[in-house]
Amino acid sequence: MQINVTINDKLVTWDVKKDEFLVDTLRSHGLLSVKKACDTSCCGLCTVWLEDKPVLSCSILSLRIHGKKITTIEGVPKEAEEFARVLTAEGAEQCGFCSPGFIMNVLAMKNELLNPSEEEIIHYLTGNLCRCTGYMGQLRAVKTYLGVL
Amino acid sequence: MKKIGMKSVGQSIRKIDGMAIATGKPVYTEDIAMNNALVVKILRSPHAFAKINSIDLSRAEKVEGVECILTYKDVPAERFTLAGQSYPEPSPYDRLILDKIVRYVGDEVAIIAAVDERTALLAMKKIKVDYEVWEPVLDFEKALGNSTVVHPEEDLSCNFDIGLHKEKNIASSFKEVVGDVEEEFRRCYEVVEDVYYPQAQAHAMMETYRAYTYLDHTGRLVVVSSTQIPFHVRRQLARALQIPSSKVRVIKPRIGGGFGGKQTSAVEGFAAIVTLKTGKPAIIIYDRKETFSCTTSRHAMRLKVKLGADQDGIIRAIDMQVLSDTGAYGEHAATVLGCVGHYTLPLYNKARAVRITGNAVYTNKMPAGAFRGYGATQGTFALESTVNKLAERLKMDPTEVRLKNISKEGETFLTGQGVLLGSSSLDRCIEKGKELIGWKEKFPRREIGQNKVRAVGMAITMQGSGIANIGTASVEIRLNDDGNFTLLSGATDMGHGCDTILTQMAAEILEIPMDNIIFVAGDTDTSPYDPGSYASSTTYVAGTATVKAAKDLKNKILEQGAKLLGVSLHEAELNGLAVRTINGDQEISLVKLAELTILGAGKLQLTSYATHGSEVSPPPYVAGFAEVEVDQETGKVELIDYVAVVDCGTVINPNLARMQAEGGIAQGIGMALYEEVHYNDLGKMETNSFMQYKIPCRKDVGKVHIAFEESFEPTGPFGAKSIGEVVANTPSPAIAHAVYNAVGVRVKHLPITPEKVFLGMQKL
Repeated sequence: MQINVTINDKLVTWDVKKDEFLVDTLRSHGLLSVKKACDTSCCGLCTVWLEDKPVLSCSILSLRIHGKKITTIEGVPKEAEEFARVLTAEGAEQCGFCSPGFIMNVLAMKNELLNPSEEEIIHYLTGNLCRCTGYMGQLRAVKTYLGVL
Repeated sequence: MKKIGMKSVGQSIRKIDGMAIATGKPVYTEDIAMNNALVVKILRSPHAFAKINSIDLSRAEKVEGVECILTYKDVPAERFTLAGQSYPEPSPYDRLILDKIVRYVGDEVAIIAAVDERTALLAMKKIKVDYEVWEPVLDFEKALGNSTVVHPEEDLSCNFDIGLHKEKNIASSFKEVVGDVEEEFRRCYEVVEDVYYPQAQAHAMMETYRAYTYLDHTGRLVVVSSTQIPFHVRRQLARALQIPSSKVRVIKPRIGGGFGGKQTSAVEGFAAIVTLKTGKPAIIIYDRKETFSCTTSRHAMRLKVKLGADQDGIIRAIDMQVLSDTGAYGEHAATVLGCVGHYTLPLYNKARAVRITGNAVYTNKMPAGAFRGYGATQGTFALESTVNKLAERLKMDPTEVRLKNISKEGETFLTGQGVLLGSSSLDRCIEKGKELIGWKEKFPRREIGQNKVRAVGMAITMQGSGIANIGTASVEIRLNDDGNFTLLSGATDMGHGCDTILTQMAAEILEIPMDNIIFVAGDTDTSPYDPGSYASSTTYVAGTATVKAAKDLKNKILEQGAKLLGVSLHEAELNGLAVRTINGDQEISLVKLAELTILGAGKLQLTSYATHGSEVSPPPYVAGFAEVEVDQETGKVELIDYVAVVDCGTVINPNLARMQAEGGIAQGIGMALYEEVHYNDLGKMETNSFMQYKIPCRKDVGKVHIAFEESFEPTGPFGAKSIGEVVANTPSPAIAHAVYNAVGVRVKHLPITPEKVFLGMQKL
C-alpha cells in the first residue's frame, strides 16, 4: 500500500506492507540512525518524532503515518550535533547505539519543558535505556546542555 | 585531574568516533551490510534435551525465495568451542554448527536462508522435526553424576586437561590448596561460613548479536561482525567450517556494546556457512528474544565460603567451594571457575592457609559465557559478604577489617607462587570512600521515620590487567608520505573507547596532535594480532605495545631528522610536527622528512612495530559503598547513593574511565537488585525480553559517585592498569551488606528482591 508522508521536511510516497512497522520502513529507506533493540517497546532506541512529538517507531504501523510528518535525527542535524558535542565531551555516548533515540528525546524535552528539574529530566528520559553509561554522564550532559546546572 | 606536562594522556579527550556514533551515522554492522544479502533465520529446539530423529524440509524448500536450508547433515563433523580465547583454548570442543542432539531450549536445529525475513520465517514454519525427547537436567546442583548426561558424544575433546569428566556432567574441575586449612581453622578465634547464589545475568547490550558475510573478489569469506574477538572468530570459523584460515577475513565495525557477550561467537558461523554453500552474501541479526535466550549469560554459581580470623581480626584461613552452571556448552567454563579465586584470594594475603575447589557442570540450559567480571563478580559477592559477616562477629567495623587485612603494594599472596602484586592504593580507596559516603555518621543504620530505615554497606574488589603470559597485543605505526601517522592495532573498541585511548598514548610519545594519527583496527587482513577486548587487557597490554612502537618510531624519526639536519642524534628533538635541533637553529618538518625518506631518493618508509605480553597482571582495585533505604513494610530496597573509589593506576582519559566505572556500577546494581535469568520447569527461559528481564533504567540507579585514587603501576603504560571489569563487582556485596545493616536480612541468593527481604524480615 502507498503512503504519503513528510520525512524530515520532504514529502515522499512509500510502498509499505500492512503489518510493517515504522522503524523497518525508515531503515529500509536509508534512515539508518533509527535503531532497533528490543521488539517490545521497552528500550527507546527507535525514538523518532511524529508531528514533532517523540514516539517509538517500533510500535507504530507505517500505514498510520499516512499524511503525517516524521522527523529522525537526520532531519535535525544542527540541533543533534549541538547536543552530541556536549554528550561526547562528557564521554557519555559510550557505544553510541542508544544515542540517536536518546538525543531525539532530549531535543523533544527541550522543546516541551522549560527549565526542568533533575527529577523531571530523569522522568522524561526514563524510557531511554542505556547499558553502557549508568546514566550519570547522560544526566550531566543534559543539564549542561539545558543550562540547568 | 589534568596531567602536568602531558598533552594527550590524562586528558578527558572526546572519543574519536564519538560524534559519528552519537548522531546516528551508519557505522554499525547492519548499517553497512549489502541490501541483497540473504536473510538467515534459525529453527530452534523447543525441548531442553532431545535427539533429532528426522527433519522434513520438503514443504519448506518449496517456498519461493528460499535459498537454502541446512541441518546437521550439512555441517562439518569437527567439534569446536565458541569461547573467545587464545589458542589452545582451555574450553572443551563440544559444539558443532548444528548437532543431532539438542541440549537446551533454543539450541539450533536448522539454518534457513531466504531473500527476506518474511520468506525465511514462513519456510521455518513448514519444517517438520521429529524429536526423541530426553529427560533434561536443569538444576545445576543436581547435575553432578546425574543419570542424564548432557554430552554423551564420543568425539568431545579438550586441548589439555581442564578436569573435564563428561560422563559426570563436569565440564571443568580444579582444586588448589596451600597450607593446612583445617588446622588453621582450629587455631582461629572466630570462624564464619555461608552459602551464596549469585545468579545468571544477561549482558543486555543494546546492539544484539549480528554478522553479515560475503565472498570477496578472490573468493575468500569475509565476515563483518559485531564481535569483541575478530582473530578468534577467524580461527574458530576455519575449524568449524573446515576451511583454511587464510580464506577467512573478519572485520569489526562500530559495536553497540558487548560486556563479554561478544567474546563468545554467537552468530558468525550460521551466516558464514550460508555464504559458503550459496556463494551469496548473508546476514543474521538476532532479535532480543534470541539474544536473551540463545547466546550466553553470566555463570550462575553456588559458593560455600568459610573464613577464620584470629583475635585481632586477621584472616588466617579461607576455604571456598564453587559450583558453576555452564549450561549446555562449556565456553569459558574452566577459566571463569578459576577466576573466582584468582581474582579474590589475593585481596587478603595474611591468610596462612587457603583451599579452593570447584566444578563447572553441564546442564540443559542456555550456555554461560564470558561476562564483565568473569567469575570475580561471583567470587567477590561471596567472599566480601562473608568478610562483612566476620566483621560483625568480631564486633569490628568492616572497613577496619579490610584495612587490617588487605594486601599491600608489592607484596606476595599465598596462591600466587611468588608473583608480586603491583601498585595499590586500595587503602586510600577505602578511606576516601568512607569519607564520600559519610560512613562515620551513617554506619550501620538510621531510622528515618515512616517505617523506613537507611543503612550503608561496603565491599572491596580486584581484577586483573590482561592475562599474564598468555595475552599479547601487537601494534604497528608508520610515518606516511604526507607526514601523518597510521596506527595499526588489532584492539577491538566496542564502545568503551580503546581506539581513542591508544591514539592518545601514541600522540603523547610522538609529541603530535591526535588528529595527525589515523587509527586503523578491527580487520584481520590488515591489523596486527590482538586477542580482542576482554580480560581487561587493552589499555594495559595493547597500550604498552603502542608505547613501545611509538618510542621506536620516534627514535627512527629522530635518527633520520638528525641525519638530514647534519647534527648528531643527541642534538635533535621531536616536537611541533618537526625534528629540531635543541638549540633551535634548524628544523625539518615531518612533512619534509617524510617526503625525503619515502619518496624519490630516500626509499625508506619509517615504520615500527611492537608485540607486548606481560608476565604479570597487576590488579586494579575498587572500594564500593552503598547507602540504601529499606521500607520495612514492603521489603522494597531503594538505592540512595553509591560511591566507588577506583585504583586503575594512572587514569589515561578521566571521562572515559569515569564512564566505564559508572556503567559497571550500574550493571552491578542491576545484578544486585533486579536482574535474573530465569527458566520454567521445562527449561524454557522465561526472561527473554525487557518486559520480563529488568535492567536498570535511570530511575533505578540512585546517585553514583566515582572517585579515583591513582597509583602508579610501573609495568603499565604511563602507570596505567585496567578498569573495564573491576567496576562491576562491588555492588552486590555492598548493597547486600547495606540491606542487612538496615533490616537484619542477609540475602544470599541474588537479586535482592523486596519479596526476599520481606520474607526474611518475617523469618519465613
